Order: sequence, then C-alpha cells, then structure tokens
Amino acid sequence: MSTALDPAAMSAAIDRLADQILSAAAGQAIDLVGIRSRGDEVAERVFAKLVERGAQARLGVLDISLYRDDYEHLSSNPTLQSSSIDFPVDGSHVVLVDDVIFTGRTIRAALDALFDYGRPSKVDLAVLIDRGHREIPVEPRFVGEHLETDRMDRVDVSLEKIDGKDAVEIITQ
Amino acid sequence: MARKDFLDIVSLDRAEIIHLLDQAEPFKDLFTRSVKKVPALKGKTVLMLFYEPSTRTLSSFEVAAKRLSADVTIFDVPHSSVTKGESVRDTIDTLQAMRADYIVVRHRLSGQPAAIARQTNASVINAGDGAHAHPTQALLDAFTLREVYPELPGRKVVIMGDILHSRVARSTSTILDKLGVEVAFCGPGSLVPKTRFKRFTNYEEAMNWGPDTVYQLRVQKERQDAPFYPSDREYHAVYGITEERLKEISDKGIYVMHPGPINRGVELCDAVLDYDRCLIPQQVENGIATRMAVLFGLKPDLKNELS
Repeated sequence: MSTALDPAAMSAAIDRLADQILSAAAGQAIDLVGIRSRGDEVAERVFAKLVERGAQARLGVLDISLYRDDYEHLSSNPTLQSSSIDFPVDGSHVVLVDDVIFTGRTIRAALDALFDYGRPSKVDLAVLIDRGHREIPVEPRFVGEHLETDRMDRVDVSLEKIDGKDAVEIITQ
Repeated sequence: MARKDFLDIVSLDRAEIIHLLDQAEPFKDLFTRSVKKVPALKGKTVLMLFYEPSTRTLSSFEVAAKRLSADVTIFDVPHSSVTKGESVRDTIDTLQAMRADYIVVRHRLSGQPAAIARQTNASVINAGDGAHAHPTQALLDAFTLREVYPELPGRKVVIMGDILHSRVARSTSTILDKLGVEVAFCGPGSLVPKTRFKRFTNYEEAMNWGPDTVYQLRVQKERQDAPFYPSDREYHAVYGITEERLKEISDKGIYVMHPGPINRGVELCDAVLDYDRCLIPQQVENGIATRMAVLFGLKPDLKNELS
C-alpha cells in the first residue's frame, strides 16, 4: 500500500478542480451533481469552494445503483440511497462529479440516470482522481490529480466527513 | 444475502423488513421524475400467474415491473390451458421453459406459491394465497403507516372486519407487530380468532382502546358461501365507518386504511374517501414503490437450468 495523496495534496486537488470549473464557467451558473457515494462528498467540497469565491452554484446528488450493468455478477443487489436534484436539469449546464474515474462505466450509468431527470444543455465531468484504464470512451474535462496505476490496483479514497481522514491510497494486489 | 423468493412476512426478521421499507423510498422518489422508469431489470421476464381474479394487485405488480424495465407477461389463467385441466405443476414447467426470471402468483390455496417456489429457479412472489398471506400488501401498509408515523413502536392499529378469512389481516398484523405496533382485531365474534393480539367484537370498545389508525378490511362477498351478516346496511351500522363515526375519527385525528377495493356504504361511508386522514390513495401509490423494492431485492437462481 502506498499513500498517493496526503491531506494537503487532497485539498490542493480539490482547489484545482474548483479553479478549473470556475474558469470554464466564465461567470455562468454552475450545477454540480455528485455521484454517490464519495463523489457527492467531493462535489460538496468543490461546491463550498465555488460559493466561497462568489460563484453562482447549485448542488445535487445522484445514486446510480439502478443503472449499473453488473447486477448479474453481484450476490445481492446494492442498497439504494436517494437521489436529490432539486433544480430543473432541463437546459442546465451540469458538471458531474466523482471521486475516481477508472473504467468509465460508472459515468456511463450516471449519464443515463441524469438524462432521466431531464435534458441538460451540456454535461461536463470532474473527477478528483484519474487512474486510467478506460473501457469506454468517456474522458473527464476537469481532473484534480492523475495517478499512474496498474489495472489490478485498487485506489481507495478516504474523505474527512465519511472516513475521518483525507487520503488517497494505492493498494497493489 | 439476498433471498430467491418472497412468500410471507413470518419468515422475515425485523431488520429485513426495515431494509425493504428503506429500499422502497428511493423508488417512490422516482415517481415525481419526468421519466419514472429505471433500467434495473432490463431484459428480465416477469410472469404474472393469477389463479384468482385481481385488478389492483395485478396492475400494481405490472406497473412496478415495467418501471424497473422488466418485460411483463400476464398468464391469463381463466382463458388458459388450466381450464382445460392442466395441473399447476405442468404450468410451472411450461413457464420454466419460457425462462421466466420472476413469477408473481396468486392462488386460492394456501401454500401454492411456496410449492411453486420449490419447483422453479425463478424468484416467486406471493401475491396472495388463500387465507394464508399477502406479504406485499403488508409491506405497503407498513410503509404507508411509517410515512405518517416515522416512529412506529407503540402506535396502535385496529384491524376491523372478517379477520378469520383474511390474508391481509394475517400478513399486515404480523408485519406491524414485528415493527413494534400494537395490533387489535375487531369484528363479529365468530370471525375474530383468539390470537395474542387484543380482540374486540364491538366497534365502540375497539375505539375506546385508543387506536391511531383504523384498518377496515373489505367484506369479501365472494368468499362466503353464506353471508355472515344479514345485510350490507346492518354491517355498516355495526362495524362500518358511518358518517357519525367519521366525526369521532376526525375529531381524534385517527387515520383510516383499507386494502381496496372498497364497498361503499358497507365498510366505509362515501365521506371517508374525502377525509384528509384517509390513506387509501397513498396505499395504492406505495404499493408500486414497495413492489419495486421487492422485485429489485430478490435474486433468481441465475443458472435458470431446465429441470
């Protein structure tokens, strides 16, 4: 196991995400939608930074359990959590937020879920960590940190509010 | 650990019940979206096998399965080979060959869904068997009551009517009891069995017990060879919610539930349906969300081999 990001590096990565999103928005409203679980927490932290800097932003949460493509391989189906997007998705510019992008399948599911709420005018993707090894053509526009990993490695993101600490660790199998 | 079948309430523990109720909530949230459907059961086949007439339960399951993107086939028993003498066993072998993933069964015989569950790899859901169980009704009742009383333990519910022949009374009382609700039965003496629950044969006595909710059962005219009461009017006067009784119910802020379909002027007077604490419409809506949670929570035996 090796620590890829310590608390200071995590905070810097979140700052970088907020910077990139803010400059790309060019004064327009920003609708962040975090993907459960952990993407929602990353989104909340980015959201706080955006608000701090006076940006006009809204925050939603998406649970994608019902949109996964791997039920057949699970011994029991995932526990559902609620989604909550209180603003109209129709016509909005949504920035999807997740903690780690790996194969890209989660994002595929999240796009399907999001489009069942309405038809956004544009969707961007922001991730705290890009660890590579995509299996479908999905690329994030905003990235906090790129990590070199092996296909078989596990990347664990811990977040203060959920796990009691900020850290990104690579666990080699 | 996921279950293959959903057959009764008795075999579920409190934690499983609470998990199912919790799982139903995100499904209910979907109903306010523009797209009410999710792809969770895409490509799966749900077969409805109803040996008894039903409109509400059948359509509730149908809507639930379709909102999960499953393909739904209704096996039309009254017009099927069953009337030509095919046994249930042979019918199930046929359905098995069709590779159904889920079979929703209603049958007049207690235990028939359980027998079918042993014969097939598909997940079997009991949609009502004889006077035995109606577990999805119980689940939607518990969910509906929990929406108005987030803290269920200590609440009091009186179930009123023909308790003896009612699978709704059996399943709903069991689930409420497991969730810590105090349950009482009220009805004509010969139709209220002695159980561990409080027992009343008089409407006023039951109301003096101080229930938070009155759960009226449907008078099942089709199940009685000889009616147990002289007339609809008399039943209404003795056990029904009359206009006068509705005033008392309203003054005390008591909720009214009913599994449907209602017999107006028998169990309930018309005015109950306009009463703001009448939970019948919520029961119907919650029936879909809870049945989605049940379907999503089961795991068919994925091998699905032909036996």
